[in-house]
Amino acid sequence: MRTLNRIWMVTVMNLRSVPQRLGTSFVIVIGMAGVVGVLISMLAMVGGLRQTLVNTGSPDRAVVLRNSATAEINSGLTQETVARILAAPGIARTAGGDPAVTTDMIIGVNHAKLGGSVGALTLRGVSPANAAVRPQIRIVEGRMFEPGLREMIIGRSATNEYADVDIGMQIELREDPWDIVGIFESGDSIESGLLTDTATLLSASQRVVVSSATALLESADAYEQFADTLTTDPTIEVQVQRETDYYAQQGEQLQSILSIVSNVVAGIMAVGALFAALNSMYSAVSTRTVEIATLRAIGFGSASVVISILVEAMLLAIAGALLGALCAWALFGDNTLSMGNIVSSIVFQVRVTPALVVTGIVWACIVGFLGGLLPAWRAARQPVAEALRAV
Amino acid sequence: MKYFPLVWAGLWRKRVRTILTILSIVVAFALFGIIQGFTAALDDAIDGLTDEARLIVQSRVNITEPLPQAFLPRLRAMNEVRDVSPYGFFGGYYQEPRQQINTGAVDIEAWFTILPEWETDPAQMETMMRTRNGALVGADLMEEHGWNVGDTIPLGSSIWTNTSTGTTTWEIYIAGVYHTGQGIPSDDIYIHYEFFDEARTNGQGTVSLYHVRVNDVTRSDAVAQQIDGMFANSTNETQTQNETDFTRGQIAQIGDINFFVNAIAGAVLFTLLFLTGNTMMQSVRERIPELAVLKTYGFSNATVTAFIYAESFLLCLGAALIGLGIAAASFPSVFEALDVLRMPLPMSVVATGCLLATIMAVVSALPPAVRAQRSNIVDALAGR
Repeated sequence: MRTLNRIWMVTVMNLRSVPQRLGTSFVIVIGMAGVVGVLISMLAMVGGLRQTLVNTGSPDRAVVLRNSATAEINSGLTQETVARILAAPGIARTAGGDPAVTTDMIIGVNHAKLGGSVGALTLRGVSPANAAVRPQIRIVEGRMFEPGLREMIIGRSATNEYADVDIGMQIELREDPWDIVGIFESGDSIESGLLTDTATLLSASQRVVVSSATALLESADAYEQFADTLTTDPTIEVQVQRETDYYAQQGEQLQSILSIVSNVVAGIMAVGALFAALNSMYSAVSTRTVEIATLRAIGFGSASVVISILVEAMLLAIAGALLGALCAWALFGDNTLSMGNIVSSIVFQVRVTPALVVTGIVWACIVGFLGGLLPAWRAARQPVAEALRAV
Repeated sequence: MKYFPLVWAGLWRKRVRTILTILSIVVAFALFGIIQGFTAALDDAIDGLTDEARLIVQSRVNITEPLPQAFLPRLRAMNEVRDVSPYGFFGGYYQEPRQQINTGAVDIEAWFTILPEWETDPAQMETMMRTRNGALVGADLMEEHGWNVGDTIPLGSSIWTNTSTGTTTWEIYIAGVYHTGQGIPSDDIYIHYEFFDEARTNGQGTVSLYHVRVNDVTRSDAVAQQIDGMFANSTNETQTQNETDFTRGQIAQIGDINFFVNAIAGAVLFTLLFLTGNTMMQSVRERIPELAVLKTYGFSNATVTAFIYAESFLLCLGAALIGLGIAAASFPSVFEALDVLRMPLPMSVVATGCLLATIMAVVSALPPAVRAQRSNIVDALAGR
């Protein structure tokens, strides 16, 4: 108890003297704010992308593509193949009794972004059963497209990223302009694009081959039966994936590049901050050499001194982490970002979550602890008599 | 120069502090070099390896939308056009769909007119011209898979079914090897467009892109506009760009990389400048009495100020150069990890880095220098 009491006393005394050493203390705070701000911004970006990808897809839906295709965009299913898919077992039924399967046709549509560059919006044609297959899609403004008419609806997150995409505006395809009649939300990557009716899109572009089929299964367990039936059918060449797996795989590369980059950058920065923290704790200790020696001369143990210095370093680091988190949130907390390739893009929200702030604080504590350790050890080891003479 | 030992001694007055300061500057500049170098190297690569005399014609809607083959004679008939090749995306892969190989169905003769810097052995070219399912394969790709000229390989297509086999696997005969000889990786495969178009089960008569070479590079933009004008208001409107803009556009679609890179590099440098500046100011502050001793010995204010600046420059520039050196040394492996073409660290980034280090040196030496200069010897000696 006495030891704890002493530690407490020295620590409090220590912290009270921080305002007198504002300059060096600020060094730790600002340095850590920079590191944690960058770390949190980058993790928020990776996390936002992952969230959007994870939200896309449900284990009770299955995606069917042509055998050799790597994504919907280079896949194609003929009418005969679609007929076999509709007849497969394990598919749930719509209210009208039809198989709950949407056959989608995907095309990329170049469109100007708000920033002035050009991105590719994904235009997805869906069948009438889509309402049953993807119930997450809901109209939040305007109305649903009318099959047979050149109409489409646009995702809320796409409207945050692209220019001239409000209700009443038009998107030019190959032939005529198509009207935007509504805005939808779905919380997943479909919200980054446009939706219309497959049959209308097929006839307008004079095609017969759709890109993919997505089936709502009776249950997640019905997947095996559904997939086996289709993949063992010798008359068609298709691959079947759970929707969750399909989207996870699609975003894998982008996600892994982003996480490598963010970890490397944050790691290197943390090393830099560690040196800075060491530096300022060393000078904090050296300006207080006499004070520390006096404490030890009147009987305070090394442990009290070491702990008080560590606590100070870590508290300053945490203050910096909070400042950094605040900066990250203020700068990026409300941003949407769009990443993609030449045929499609995904719009996602950069999210500074409490969990990320905690991660930032943990990093800061580690750096603060390591940065305080050596100076504290040195302070505790210094011969008292010599230190007192250092005036 | 004779005062160098003095400056040097001042620098190492507090060994641990100096080492830590150097290390944090080194880290920051290494990071700056790599991050900023990445975008700069990409820019250099695009400028150096693309040619504005080459135009690429794509559908206005999207690059994946096909164009009719009937455009070929119309494009070839244009006055200022040297040659035109159709380009069909084959969607090639080897062994498994994830192992993708850029495979283009082109007019081989025209292709090599459009890219005159590419080289092929004339005998192999001759074989290529008389082999229907022949292919010219990039030298790097040949090496990667251990293929030899004369091999027949099963090339998968993620898009097209071959009529004769009824599957998406195409038997391709390696007629020859091409070399790009410019630092561009040669890992593509080129096959005859005619063979490709006849053998696929659907999509006949369509082309993904047209590659055009103009006679006069200064007329490149005018020709591009002329092409788009020719097909305006048709069901196949086009968008024609020179190769440089086309490549930039593709990279821009990955996302707003520049913004993030600059934001991060900015945060890194700000943090560093703040930290180091503070340490250096503190270091000089502690030495005011020592500087006063120098003044007592008769060193002029200007000389003492010069000492402070010299020390600051030595520290900042020295450490920055080490950091940039580390960036330059690790640069190729960073590119390799991200699987893009290998490039040296651009000199422009090194120059920017040195400039930043200089600014940093001046900014952090300024306040202590002013203070040292103004200080009165008696007060300074007393440590006041």
